[in-house]
Amino acid sequence: MPASSNPSTPALWQRVASLLLAFALIAGLFTFAFSTVGYRWNWSGVWVYRALFLKGWLVTLLLSAISLVASCLIGLVLALLRRARFLPLKYLARIYIETIRGTPLLVQLLIFYYVVAHSFAIENRYVVGVLTLSVFSGAYISEVIRSGIESVGQSQLDSARAIGLTTRQTYRYVIFPQAIRQILPPLAGQFASLIKDSSLLSIIGINEFALSAQNVSSYTYSNFESYLPLAVGYLVLTLPISLWTQSLEQRNRFET
Amino acid sequence: MRLELSGITKTFGSHRVIDDISLDLPDVHAFVLIGPSGGGKSTLLRILAGLERAEAGRIAIDGSELPRDDEPLRQYRSGIGTVFQAYNLFPHLTALENIMLPLEKVHRLPRDEARARAIETLRRFQLEPHAHKKPAQLSGGQKQRVAITRAVAIKPRILLFDEPTSALDPEMTAEVLEMIEELKREGRDLVLVTHEMAFARVAADQVAFLDNGKILECSPPGQIFTAARSESCRRFLGRILRY
Repeated sequence: MPASSNPSTPALWQRVASLLLAFALIAGLFTFAFSTVGYRWNWSGVWVYRALFLKGWLVTLLLSAISLVASCLIGLVLALLRRARFLPLKYLARIYIETIRGTPLLVQLLIFYYVVAHSFAIENRYVVGVLTLSVFSGAYISEVIRSGIESVGQSQLDSARAIGLTTRQTYRYVIFPQAIRQILPPLAGQFASLIKDSSLLSIIGINEFALSAQNVSSYTYSNFESYLPLAVGYLVLTLPISLWTQSLEQRNRFET
Repeated sequence: MRLELSGITKTFGSHRVIDDISLDLPDVHAFVLIGPSGGGKSTLLRILAGLERAEAGRIAIDGSELPRDDEPLRQYRSGIGTVFQAYNLFPHLTALENIMLPLEKVHRLPRDEARARAIETLRRFQLEPHAHKKPAQLSGGQKQRVAITRAVAIKPRILLFDEPTSALDPEMTAEVLEMIEELKREGRDLVLVTHEMAFARVAADQVAFLDNGKILECSPPGQIFTAARSESCRRFLGRILRY
């Protein structure tokens, strides 16, 4: 059903005007705030380091992309383990999920970097960073996947068993195709969080976007000129995901 | 078929849903289970379908015993057709794909063959125009008929129906019952749990009355509907047939 056929949907010009008005309000508020502190902008110092920003942004993009894939795999395995009939595996998954979700990423990062990576002789800090981020995000994603799996009703599982599908086939042909609709919107939200959380990797000395901004800030003694591009750089990554999430949610509503 | 049950018992928690049922029907083709809700008839059907395991007792169909282990039980399930009250079909697949799924993935037919057999079976029941519709686009009666088609397409040893019309209005009920009767006329063996007494009377060759987990009576419909021996069966039928 096209959105325009809905009589309660406002016309395009109304939506554009409202959006501009809302944007102007927020922009105005911040312009006012900055003007009262009398901040003197100096962009020329930061402009010199634009390549550093770009490089940091690309590193963030790459680290996030790898972590995204890895955390989905970890999340999937954990979600299946939580449904395992063998109790030790089930508890293993539960302890993992509760511990990771209940503690700050900062602490996990320090423990992984200084203790776990050291004892397993993982030298590369980028590898440690990606692993930690994946382990962290995987715990959240597993809960997203688990609730998606559980949204598929018992009657569906009965039907699958009645026609003689094996457990593996039931997941493949019955559960996952139906669960994916429930999973995608919150999963996309989790992706956006993951990208922002990757900024913490700067504390173990990974040259990602946030660390670039910190460095530029200390080279040029200009705070806002260094950190505003940081905010914009993250928005460029997270905004498309957020819009995609909304369109997914919209589509789900129409289809059911 | 020959259906033998001996000492079947099933408990959920402390509740004994099936209580030591024994039965031997040497030659039955349409076996109908009736009785009050919670009396155990659906559970008995689910045990026959291999979806629940009885704690005690044995079941044999045509002399071959129902397996107890997971994998043989799955194979047993794949060889019989089971239709539930509702929500049989997979909502993300079309009618055709629903029928092809067990043919292709369980019975290992090549895709073309699975498709050809699915279409042929749909055509037989005048459902071909709906082949490419998803369940949400079908009426309740059509959904059940597609579900029955899926069960029939695998060429099952027997067909099991668990209140297949309870979620349908009278017109759709009629269309589904007609299909079941047609299958019976073709000579398919079936077991049916139903509240449709008029249908049971014409279609069944044996009717069992279950209450409190026991079969209180099992006889041909002519006898059970006119001269039931047990008091509770007479009361049940009296109440249900009054309106």
